[in-house]
Amino acid sequence: MSDPVLRIDDASLRLGGRLLWSGLDLSVARGEFIAVLGANGSGKTSLLRAILGQHELSAGSIELGGVPVHRGDRRIGYIPQQRLADEGSALRGRDLVALGVDGHRFGTGLPSRARRTRVDAALDAVGARHYARVPVAKLSGGEQQRLRVGQALAGMPDLLLCDEPLLSLDLRQQRVVSELIDRHRRERGFGVLFVTHDVNPILGAVDRVLYLAGGGFRIGTPDDVLRSDVLSELYGSPVDVIRSGGRVVIVGAPDQSHAHEHDHDHAGDLP
Amino acid sequence: MNDWWSMLFDFSDYGQLIWLLRNSILAGLVLGIVGGLVGVFVMSRDLAFAVHGVSELSFAGAAAGLLTGVGVVSGSIAGSLVAAVLIGLLGARARDRNSITAVLMPAGLGLGILFLALYPGRASNKFGLLTGQIVAVDDPRLGVLAVVGGVVVLGLLVLWRPLTFASVDAEVAAARGVPTRALSIAFMVLLGLSVAIGVQVVGALLVLSVLVTPAAAALRVSSSPVLVPVLSVTFATVSLVGGILLALGASVPISPYVTTISFLIYLGCRIVERVRRGMAVRTA
Repeated sequence: MSDPVLRIDDASLRLGGRLLWSGLDLSVARGEFIAVLGANGSGKTSLLRAILGQHELSAGSIELGGVPVHRGDRRIGYIPQQRLADEGSALRGRDLVALGVDGHRFGTGLPSRARRTRVDAALDAVGARHYARVPVAKLSGGEQQRLRVGQALAGMPDLLLCDEPLLSLDLRQQRVVSELIDRHRRERGFGVLFVTHDVNPILGAVDRVLYLAGGGFRIGTPDDVLRSDVLSELYGSPVDVIRSGGRVVIVGAPDQSHAHEHDHDHAGDLP
Repeated sequence: MNDWWSMLFDFSDYGQLIWLLRNSILAGLVLGIVGGLVGVFVMSRDLAFAVHGVSELSFAGAAAGLLTGVGVVSGSIAGSLVAAVLIGLLGARARDRNSITAVLMPAGLGLGILFLALYPGRASNKFGLLTGQIVAVDDPRLGVLAVVGGVVVLGLLVLWRPLTFASVDAEVAAARGVPTRALSIAFMVLLGLSVAIGVQVVGALLVLSVLVTPAAAALRVSSSPVLVPVLSVTFATVSLVGGILLALGASVPISPYVTTISFLIYLGCRIVERVRRGMAVRTA
């Protein structure tokens, strides 16, 4: 196996005096799709933030392509949950995608053929060409998330971080968006860390699962981790994993949301 | 009735008046460009209410400047900047921002009224800070307005893309290395400067008509990131310069002309939007 895209080594994260997880070791290979599961408050979002350099580890290290991660590393693509609808912005589909190309640069940006080609390619890659000129606020949640995938692809990432990107989408849109991510990680070889509370929409795509709970974790294939005995041991209380018709249902997992001040603090109104 | 009309519109000796009030027209032009551009971000960052709050503190600053002899322009700039930075620092979230604005606004207005009450000078000067005083733009003042306006326009052009990114998609922008917090403060400073220019021309109470209405109107008829700023600047400039030209011979302040034109443009844009939607439904 070639060098991993992302290597997390003996990492611990403590936020607001609470230890979210510790001793975390995880390598993400090129083109690998890893689902990050766990109850609210188990530190899923915080893990992504640590990889983005927005949270500092209390111990251990995270390396991207052999170099320690830092804030604003543009080898990382990022897709958060859908919450774009904004009537007050001059923003069409293609403009959102274009931000993934050069939105971080100063200046107004002059129209250039290279830029247009890159945006068009990303729009085609997610099948969004036909609504590229529609205001983003008028698009459905699924259409917006397809644009977000295109935006991430336009940035040509080595690693794609997804934080509940399927939330508030209907089942069909969930499938379309997750299939897009799955297809392009195979074609382009970027690794994927996909935080979700429901593994079912992506179960067919997932190579491995990272399950966080109670400060501990389990890593392995879905069949290895999503089992009653494994999760019961992880939670320290009886948990039933029921498989029915190709779906996985986890019953009895204690919710840690009473202590989740930092996790899932999506801060709707960032500056 | 006829009396009212001649108070509102009087175009005798128009050529001479235009020459006399050329500074006012130029000041309107500066504010039109600045207001139209800043407005685009005021809309996408949802800062309309904050603009109003900043303008009340700008008024307080201007009144203090008048009273102490520091000068209205420096006073209003100082007031604006203090308010803008306070709102920027304390109001990162919309809810906090609204309450902080609501707290600052009456405080500013109250201080301003106090300073004006203590000021022994002419009453028209006092009223002008709230509702506009276009006749009072002399050469040095126009110079200051132009320089401040230039700083704002230049600043906006430099920050344009990352500020857009941070405004429409803050989480992804932060992940991609856009310094969202620093941009937020930088924008508030530019906004404060724009408000200070607005207070000089249309007065503290009516700044919204130049910093918000034109951009809001433009967004009704377009979503293009190029066309919206162009339209917004055009609308703001037409409102200001048009308002000043109409008001030249009249014996009422310019503000009602500016705000009315600005409002009519907005109304027109809403009608255009409605008609277009109707046509889209019919052809579909």
